[in-house]
Order: sequence, then structure tokens, then C-alpha cells
Amino acid sequence: MSETKISIRNLYKIFGRNPASMVDRVRGGLSKPDLLDQHNHVLGLEDINLDIPASGVQVIMGLSGSGKSTLIRHINRLIEPTAGEIFIDGENVLAMKPEKLRDFRRFKASMVFQKFALLPHRTVIQNVLYGVQIQGVDEKQALDRAQRWLERVGLKGFELHYPAQLSGGMQQRVGLARALATDAEILLMDEAFSALDPLIRTDMQDVLLDLQDELHKTIVFITHDLDEALRIGENIAILRDGRMIQSGSGQDIILKPADAYVTDFIQDINRARVLQVGSVMDKDPSSATGPEIESTTAMEEALQVLAKSKAQSAIVVRRGKQVGSISLDQMIAAIARPKQGAAPEQRYR
Amino acid sequence: MIDWTKLTWTQPPVMARDDLRDLKKLIDGSFRDFSREYGEALENFFYPLLKFLAGLQQLLLATPWPLMLVLLGLFAWIGSRSWKMVAGTVACFLVIGWLDMWEDTMATLAIVSVATFLCIAIGIPVGIWMARSNRVQAAILPILDIMQTIPSFVYLIPVVMLLGIGKVPGLIAVMIYAIPPIVRLTNLGIRLVDEEVLEAADAFGASRRERLWGVQIPLALPNIFAGVNQTIMMSLSMVVVASMIGVPGLGVPVLRAVTNQYLALGLMNGLAIVAIAIIFDRVSQSFGKRLQKHREGGHGV
Repeated sequence: MSETKISIRNLYKIFGRNPASMVDRVRGGLSKPDLLDQHNHVLGLEDINLDIPASGVQVIMGLSGSGKSTLIRHINRLIEPTAGEIFIDGENVLAMKPEKLRDFRRFKASMVFQKFALLPHRTVIQNVLYGVQIQGVDEKQALDRAQRWLERVGLKGFELHYPAQLSGGMQQRVGLARALATDAEILLMDEAFSALDPLIRTDMQDVLLDLQDELHKTIVFITHDLDEALRIGENIAILRDGRMIQSGSGQDIILKPADAYVTDFIQDINRARVLQVGSVMDKDPSSATGPEIESTTAMEEALQVLAKSKAQSAIVVRRGKQVGSISLDQMIAAIARPKQGAAPEQRYR
Repeated sequence: MIDWTKLTWTQPPVMARDDLRDLKKLIDGSFRDFSREYGEALENFFYPLLKFLAGLQQLLLATPWPLMLVLLGLFAWIGSRSWKMVAGTVACFLVIGWLDMWEDTMATLAIVSVATFLCIAIGIPVGIWMARSNRVQAAILPILDIMQTIPSFVYLIPVVMLLGIGKVPGLIAVMIYAIPPIVRLTNLGIRLVDEEVLEAADAFGASRRERLWGVQIPLALPNIFAGVNQTIMMSLSMVVVASMIGVPGLGVPVLRAVTNQYLALGLMNGLAIVAIAIIFDRVSQSFGKRLQKHREGGHGV
């Protein structure tokens, strides 16, 4: 694991008339519904702890109302926490004076929004320019930079259009270019692709993954869509009712769901496509026979390899070294759907 | 305090006649004292304004009429970019001149443009101030309500008591009536700016000033412009009332027509006011529409 870029410690957010006075009650075990009933305060986030590695993609996932958008807005302090700490590169964001915070937002973290939030009165190129202009970069250099990013997201030729003249997918490309043009190390994406059609969404995911291969930014990506989370995220944190109920790699979450809620969540995932051989194998290659399969291969491909070579098992390799073995039975067991987690009356909002 | 002898089922409790008279006297007396004390100072304060207004009126009258027509045509062109508008404007003013209303029209143009300019200069900052603070809004809204609903004759009384009869009190009366829409619509326009766009500006580290000038005001412009348009219309509609306290212009002959039952005189001058109003309205509206070029296009915002 690389070094930690963003570190969130014991973060609480309570909405209401006097949130600070409620923190201790919540720490003492008062639940979200009780807090609302007895004190008329809403518990937004409860004791969030999360370390986000540099140059990685951290997905924060949850259904609506789970607090994920609230959480991401704490990272650049669009929302002030009720209690807790946030460190970025070891510096406490919450201690920043307004001036410092502005510089932090200008140079260090940029954001992409669910509903694009483009400036409707500015042309496409002026929108991309927005963050760069605020940084105070001189006009010509800024224009060069904006032009480069606009081309990078595939919108060359649309410079002088207004956002309202573009489709949703194209508007979000502008949003992405605007965020990238500031050269910030941290990219905050708040359900950035949720408002797009499925095909365009996949398209945008590809654009993002391509860019990330090259840029190695620290990306915090919010989504309510598990397929998207698994596709994009190296790490996934799952929020429910303001609590973080599981955090780990996509493979971890599918193979070891923390509770019934997560189990339910992963019900409809195409496990054969998502699960990798390396996450299911025996870590003892000594007795292995059969064809060699790379450990990051998805189950559906590995199964085809086995079928083709009529083998019952395979040797798993990682960077040319044998690291384990896997049998056909193991693979089939792994891609079977887990039993449904929660009782029907506990289903979620 | 109450004259019980008068109380019946059709007469609610009423103040004793003497008390009521004393109350009115008290108010009148103290305001008279106030105006004796400060009237001159106020007049001196407004003297530059009077100079400016009179100067502008003289300038408009001294301008050769062909040049004036060119300027008016140019104004119509800049606002509307339509040759029809330009031709209509020039034709209207030619007819006005032909019917011998040129001088009064210039006087009206002078007071309306000064009133509009001052309303914009005061109204937009006040509107911005209101938009930035709910408390300021709560304090100013009732004042605007009063300004818009109190009959204009009622506030003419103290204005005339303070400043006498003339152009400046007329201008103040016009402004009291015409300033509320621009204040309201500036406030409303800024408050209606999309929260998400503002959040984006914050997220990119915009300062309060960058947010105001780069996002809020440009996006509020259509509303602000509707306010400017309303302000022009309302100050035009005040010219007759203003003429009662000595403001020269098209209102004077209208007033004369009303008191003497001169139908033709009233009609001509009244229609001249309407013509100017229509020209100003169309020109400023199409200018406002051009500010919203970005709203065109297939996809809704």
C-alpha cells in the first residue's frame, strides 16, 4: 500500500438546532431514529474512519440518505463536521483559515458534480477555464491548459457551445475537464456518472480509468451503483445510515460481506465477471496441476480456459511466479449467489 | 382617550375630537419644525442633483433635432439590433415633434433617464445586500411594500413640505415609486441562482467577490434587467403625478387637459407618453433577451 493521502478520523455530522451537544449522546450509543424522535436532530455521519491512499481510487458507496454525499463534502469542507478530524497530506483541513482553505480548494482538490453544475452563462471552454482562472494563472497559459483538457476528454470543436447545447454525457465531460484542468492532486467525484444513461456511463468510466492510468490522482468516487463501484474502485467503503459498515477491496466485499445489508447489496452482481482467480485460490501451488492462469483473471475467463483444456484445476501465477492453485469446484462455489441476507421487513429505503 | 358618548353598534370606539386634533397638530407641528430646521440643508444637499437634472434637460433641448433623432435611433439599434425598431423610434419622435410636443418630451426624457439611472445605482446594490442577508431582506421588504402601496399623493406632502415645489422633489417622488421593482428583482434574481452552481464555485475556491461577480450577478442578469425595465415603465407612469409638483414635461399639458377638459391635448400628450414607454420597453426587453443567449439550445438547463 502506498502512503495515505486523506485520513478521516472519528468524523461525526449531526444536523439540527444544537448539533454539538448531541455528539456525546451519539457516542454513548443513541441510535439515529432515537436521536430524531427524542431530540429532533438528524444523524448524518457517525464515527467515520477512513484512510485513502495516494494515487488510488476510493469508492464510497451507499443508497440515498446514507450520507455519502455529505461525507465527500467534508473532504473539501463544503460541509463543516460536528466532530472529528480530516488530514490531507498530514495537514488538518478543519484547522485551515478561510484564506488557506480557498487555496486548498483552488490547488489541491477539485470536484465533479452529479448534476454537472456547469456555469450556464459561460461557453464550454470558459467553463473549463473557470478553476484555472481562479488559481490566477495568466490568461494565455490558462487557455492552453483548458484547451488541452477539453481535447483530452474528446470535446474538441465544442469550445464555443454553451452547456445547454450539449447532451448530458458531454456536459459531464466538460465537468471532468474543468476539474482536471486545475491539476489538483485530489479529485472528488460526487455521483459524477449517476445522471447519465447506462451506455454513456460505461463510456465515462472508461474515460476516467484511462485518465487515471496516466495521471495517478487520488480519486474519491461516490456512487450508489455497486457495478460501477467494483469497476472503478480499488477500495470500496459502504455507508448505511451514516455509518461505515464495511471497507475493503471489491473482492473482499463480495467474498466476505460484513453483514446482511452488504450481502443483499451484492446479490445481483455478476460474480463470474467480478471475482478474480487470485481472491479464491488456495495459496499452496505445490500440488497444483493444469493450465497456468494469471491471478487477476476473472472467473468467467478462467472457466473458459479450464473448459478448453478439459482440466479440473489450474495453477495460479502472479508476475510469472506460481502463487496458488484453484479447482473447478472452488470456482463454481465462488460464483454461486449467496443466500439473501436480511429478512424482507428489514428491506431498505 | 375615547369619546364614550359616541359609542354605538355602528360606531366603534373613537378618539375624542380634541385629542385627535391635538395628535394631528403634534405631527404637523413637529414635521414643520423639522423641515424649518433641516429643509435648507436638504435643499443644499440636493442642489447638485438639481443642477444636473436642469443641465441634462437643457442639453437635450439644445441638441439639434436631427442629431437627437440619430442618437435615439442609435439607442434603439444598440438595444434591439432591429431596423424596424429604429425606424419606429425615429417615426414616433418625428410625429411628436410635428404635434409640437418636442420640448415637453425632452423634459420627460431627462427626468426619466435621471430617475432610472439613480434607481439602478441605488437599487442594484441594495438588492445585492438583501440577497446576501436574510435579516437585511426582512428589514427592507416591508419598506418596499410601503413604497409600492402608499398612494403617491400622500408622500408628495412631506416631500413638498421639505423641499418645496420643483424638479428635485418630483424626482424623489418618481424614485420612491420606481425603485422597488429593481431592488426586488435584483434580490430575487440572486437568490434564484442554482445552489449547485454556487457550490461548484465554492468547491473551486472562489472568493465571495468572485462568486458574486462571476456567478451570481451574471446569472441574475435576466431578472435584474426585468427590474430595470419595470423601473423605466414606472417612472414614466409617474410623470403626470410629478407634474403636479412642478416637474416639467409631458405631464404638465396632461394635467392642464384634465382640469380644463381639453380632450385633444390630453390625448396627444398621453399617447406621447405611451409611445415613449413602448419604445423603452421593447428596446430594453430585447436587450435583456440578448443577455440570455446561453439559454438557447436543444437541452434544457
